[in-house]
Amino acid sequence: MIKSIEELAEKRSSAKSEFYPKRVRISVGMGTCGLANGAGDVFEGIRDEVQKQGLDFVVRQVGCIGFCQMEPIVDVLAPRLPRVFYHHMSPERGRELVSGISEGNFCTKWALARLDQDKLLVELDRPLDGKLNGLASVPTFEQLPFYKDQVKIALRNCGFIDPHDIEEYLAAGGYSALSKVLMEMGPEQIIDTIEKAGLRGRGGGGFVTGKKWRVCRQAPGYPKYIICNGDEGDPGAFMDRSIMESNPYVILEGMTIGAYAIGAEQGYIYVRLEYPLAVENLRSAIKQAREYGLLGESILGTGFGFDVQVSRGAGAFVCGEETALIASLAGYAGEPRTRNVYPAEKGLFGRPTVINNVETWANVPVIINKDWKWFAEIGNDKSKGTKVFSVVGKVRNTGLVEVPMGITLRRIIYDICGGILNERKFKGVQTGGPSGGCLPESVLDLPVDFDRLTEAGSIMGSGGMIVMDDRICVVEVARYFMEFLTRESCGKCTACREGLRQILEVLERITSGKGVPEDIELLEELCLYVRDNSLCGLGKTAANPVLSTLRYFRQEYMAHIEQQKCPAGVCRELTTFRIAPEKCKACGKCIKVCGVEAITGKKKVPHLISEDKCIQCGACREVCPFDAVITV
Amino acid sequence: MALKKVDKIIDKYQRDDSRLVMILQDVQEEYNFVPTAALEQVAERLQIPLSRVYNIVTFYSSFSLEERGKHLVILCNGTTCHLRGFDNLRDEIDRQLGIRAGQTTKDKMFTLEVVACLGACALAPVMAIDEKCYGNMTPEKVRTVFESYRKMKKTKKSGK
Repeated sequence: MIKSIEELAEKRSSAKSEFYPKRVRISVGMGTCGLANGAGDVFEGIRDEVQKQGLDFVVRQVGCIGFCQMEPIVDVLAPRLPRVFYHHMSPERGRELVSGISEGNFCTKWALARLDQDKLLVELDRPLDGKLNGLASVPTFEQLPFYKDQVKIALRNCGFIDPHDIEEYLAAGGYSALSKVLMEMGPEQIIDTIEKAGLRGRGGGGFVTGKKWRVCRQAPGYPKYIICNGDEGDPGAFMDRSIMESNPYVILEGMTIGAYAIGAEQGYIYVRLEYPLAVENLRSAIKQAREYGLLGESILGTGFGFDVQVSRGAGAFVCGEETALIASLAGYAGEPRTRNVYPAEKGLFGRPTVINNVETWANVPVIINKDWKWFAEIGNDKSKGTKVFSVVGKVRNTGLVEVPMGITLRRIIYDICGGILNERKFKGVQTGGPSGGCLPESVLDLPVDFDRLTEAGSIMGSGGMIVMDDRICVVEVARYFMEFLTRESCGKCTACREGLRQILEVLERITSGKGVPEDIELLEELCLYVRDNSLCGLGKTAANPVLSTLRYFRQEYMAHIEQQKCPAGVCRELTTFRIAPEKCKACGKCIKVCGVEAITGKKKVPHLISEDKCIQCGACREVCPFDAVITV
Repeated sequence: MALKKVDKIIDKYQRDDSRLVMILQDVQEEYNFVPTAALEQVAERLQIPLSRVYNIVTFYSSFSLEERGKHLVILCNGTTCHLRGFDNLRDEIDRQLGIRAGQTTKDKMFTLEVVACLGACALAPVMAIDEKCYGNMTPEKVRTVFESYRKMKKTKKSGK
């Protein structure tokens, strides 16, 4: 138990020597993505080899550095040498790596990058000798296109610290913001700082965080509550999962600062059911924070008390909406309510409540540490700081990308993420999940911020970015989102419950080739009806995927209706696959992948698809290296 | 007859009805589904209407009122997974196990659930069995995974 701020400082310096030990330290990235790619076996392989050889190495598990494409990732830190990251590791490669290092040879075969200065991504500077030990050919982090334009604020420390060891967070500068707040700042001053920094809610709404806190602080009522919204429901967004898994402490520190500012004693973290590892890591972090006196009755001996508990969601997308989440936390079905009174005045159990999402909380300690001016200089006029995007889909580099607000979509998709997979043609990008819109090539130079995305017919949302190529049918994507939202609508408002069902029916008609020209008009009418007559964010934005695709891709809808064709070759009823004999090199890949044995062919003879047997799954088109599978 | 384990769970949460969702989650974890008797018992012990308890278990998609299989297969239909071959995986599971979303195999080995997003989009399409996540799935890999589960079952049987 740490009893004072001075003691915390002492603890930090002893933790630092463990964080940068005088021996080799090997860290394995073990977030959900890493584990699914076999990081658990890599960890064991490395640990066993170290033991077998009797080496004095430290082997740790850490979270995720956000470059999902390259998992499993391992980093090696030898005293006074640059940190080196290795990609696509396997247990065998891990063992080879260990053997090499034990002999002083840093393998460069699987090296992804070297990081000369930790302060780019962590708070710390590290003494270096300037020697490179044969690592000169490995690019530096700043040279990697994926990281070059990134600025890490919310993702700071993710993938560098062990999420199960609070001392690692302390060593990396953790809880210095809380110390500063408790020693030097009053609640009003904290709120001023957050407000002047221009921090806006990262969960989708973009409401000014400082304002929310002020309203809550001034609202009468006791007790007050702090909630962290970890119900990251947008399919395609996973930055909050990554923060909860990789650096749960930053969320606790942010919430504790928030609690001190508004005068709350109890906090809740609401995590969606699908994130078991996030729940586990948060619970372990809370337990440790209590043991260290960083949560509990008298934090750091100051007399200020605050505690946090984790609640698991139960599988309802609408619970990401704050009033629904509050209902769920109180033990009711997650149905949103009218917002004529904000949760900041009357929230959980009818008391003043501040609710912010994970990424927002993760920004708070950094703003306090660095001051608001530093933060406000990042980003553009109305959207300050950075935003984390999860860029996935048909893009070469997938992963978490944290960039200053105002950067263009083109730079994110082409410069950072390396453009479209397999050199195909860009078609559109869905931002904001099911509440967002699908944006075409013509708006790729749009600066990404809260307001401009809304003007373009989409939203920032929680930061999902799904990149689509010409083999994706936007009408089918719109249908997919409507199917999702129809299922997830809580059913309270008739417009949302029934309207979405009607929209879905029309889209199903169109994608199965039964659409009529009047359907377009009907869709538009229904969309506006749902938007204007629903209570909460889910209903108000539900029509965005349809409205935005009607706005930018109307000709594709028309092709489905008038020509009975799906130009992308996705909608099964409107697609016939054939193999172009002049392109087919008779390699047999399509025959192997076909699940229904619809393709026949011999060596040196162009293959044939049997129309009777083909189920239009498109698997053959995906594997064909010669683009010989065409739609007719 | 009262279910002892249910009482224990309710006591763990100090009979606090604001913890209703969590109580029911623990009940489900204990029994692998929520038995009807447990619904009534929870309502009675917390002194709340049965309709409220029933509302919760039918509103939230993770609750099941029917007995589920030994292994929970979760197939992700998040946007990225949807675009990268969800349909083909779903059809393959149907071919392999003969079950669609929400159904359980006759031998009570597997229950299939389709969820919106597991948050592992970079590995799409994704399937999880009992919290173990399988990335970059293809129908072929689906076959291999279930074959290994079948083998496991066989070796366990012959070991007895």
